[in-house]
Amino acid sequence: MLIKTSNTSALTENNVTDETLYLDRRQLLKKMGFLGAGALLTNQANAKGLDWFSSKKPTVFKTTPLNYISAEHSISDQVLTPENKVISHNNFYEFGTNKSDPINNAQSFKVNPWTLSISGEVNKPFTLSYDDLFKKYTIEERIYRFRCVEAWSMVIPWLGFSLSNIIKQADPTSKAKYVAFETLYDPKQMPGQRSSSLGGGIHYPYLEGLRIDEAMNPLTLMSVGLYGKTLPAQNGAPIRLIVPWKYGFKSIKSIVGIKLVEKKPPTTWNILASGEYGFYANVNPAVDHPRWSQASERQITSGGLFSRNRIKTLPFNGYEKEVAHLYKNMDLRKNF
Amino acid sequence: MPNLRVFPQNLPPIWLLKTCIHICSLLPLVYIYWFAIFDNVSADPVKEVIHFTGIGALNLLLISLIISPLARLIKQGKLINLRRVIGLYAFFYVSLHVLNFLFFEIQFDLSLFIEEIFDRPYITVGFVALIILTALAVTSINAIRKKMGINWQKLHNLTYLAAILVVVHFYWSVKLDLTSPLIYMVLLLILLYLRREKFRRWIN
Repeated sequence: MLIKTSNTSALTENNVTDETLYLDRRQLLKKMGFLGAGALLTNQANAKGLDWFSSKKPTVFKTTPLNYISAEHSISDQVLTPENKVISHNNFYEFGTNKSDPINNAQSFKVNPWTLSISGEVNKPFTLSYDDLFKKYTIEERIYRFRCVEAWSMVIPWLGFSLSNIIKQADPTSKAKYVAFETLYDPKQMPGQRSSSLGGGIHYPYLEGLRIDEAMNPLTLMSVGLYGKTLPAQNGAPIRLIVPWKYGFKSIKSIVGIKLVEKKPPTTWNILASGEYGFYANVNPAVDHPRWSQASERQITSGGLFSRNRIKTLPFNGYEKEVAHLYKNMDLRKNF
Repeated sequence: MPNLRVFPQNLPPIWLLKTCIHICSLLPLVYIYWFAIFDNVSADPVKEVIHFTGIGALNLLLISLIISPLARLIKQGKLINLRRVIGLYAFFYVSLHVLNFLFFEIQFDLSLFIEEIFDRPYITVGFVALIILTALAVTSINAIRKKMGINWQKLHNLTYLAAILVVVHFYWSVKLDLTSPLIYMVLLLILLYLRREKFRRWIN
């Protein structure tokens, strides 16, 4: 797949394929004859789709096309990860710990109405409704590298706006040193929050945080969509954070609260295993995870088992020029 | 011993059981590699084949450990004949597991491969298990077995150690949800418990 500069009027593949057909592609394949062998390996959630005798149609999470402009921050030297992989390979433990769980378990997730509140050390606290998320700020397309701490990576065309827009609007006080984020807590909708075996035993809601200067960096994106449309549920609908120079777990999904605070806020993976996941979590090939090397990564692209997709990991995930100055005089080995 | 009539007095012939083992071990591999090669299994076919062969190896290893207690329980000594073929398939899966890691995950970066073996305790543990299972597979050839005499059994008692190491490797590699490694651990402990007399004799 080639990266084209986006042109809002041009038709893309997702405009010309009927979405229900697209979302049903796996079922279609099965009906075409893989059923016998396939049944051996399909997981429970997929098995639901094989229930031909029930007349109930499975709920499908709806995404809608967005208007956007292309932005200066996109990278253009990388092959995009295909959309079907971006939306089916997710770490979103609220919907299960397997990578394929979220797409199976999040289809009935309700995101409208939604309230995102901006509060804490600010002079003008405010809230954003579901519609505000898409109307209040100019939506840009930004093609970013996305590097998971598990040493795989993707290249994703996100849609969204800089977090700094929100923070400026709230007018932070001089005490605002950090920004704390919180995911929706709704065990009724999120099976991983209901059952600790499904949710990996994490104490929910999921929490993340940034230093204020990191949050104000223009690269730091509040994403409301990908591949030309609103975010699928499993990718963190309706709004999520994207910090492209940090490991993916910093990029918290389905955010309901942004709070400016004076002290460094607690963050979920750091609470779980502080020796493995730091507060900063900057992509750094020189600092290994205790159980694997971070020096290189496997890009998730199209192509099967034999695609040669292992690449060297870049400091700050390739965004050194834009962000290295934030960490001058800091020991990044200690502050990993 | 109670009369265990629930079990068939006459087992299907060994050749038939062996055929079943061949099919059950090979067919899933053909299936998973076929779909992984053509990128039809999940977003990350590499992880898929690594996990599939890893779990498959562990399953086969535990099944090979069920054989002798089962043979004793249902009084069918000839079942023991199945141990070798299952053990060899366990070794085959383990080999594929490691080759998947080398070929597809780290893509022939040999220095990284060696670094990982020594730097990551869970990989070190898995690698020791690989060495043991290689030794067991090589010495399963009849001619070698005969030559080794009493030492053969001594060497093959390392199966228990290999099984423990493989379970530890699995437990250690998991990021968060320890349910399935714990289930395997319990199964292994049961299989070892069934051999408590044997272990007691070693100690005395």
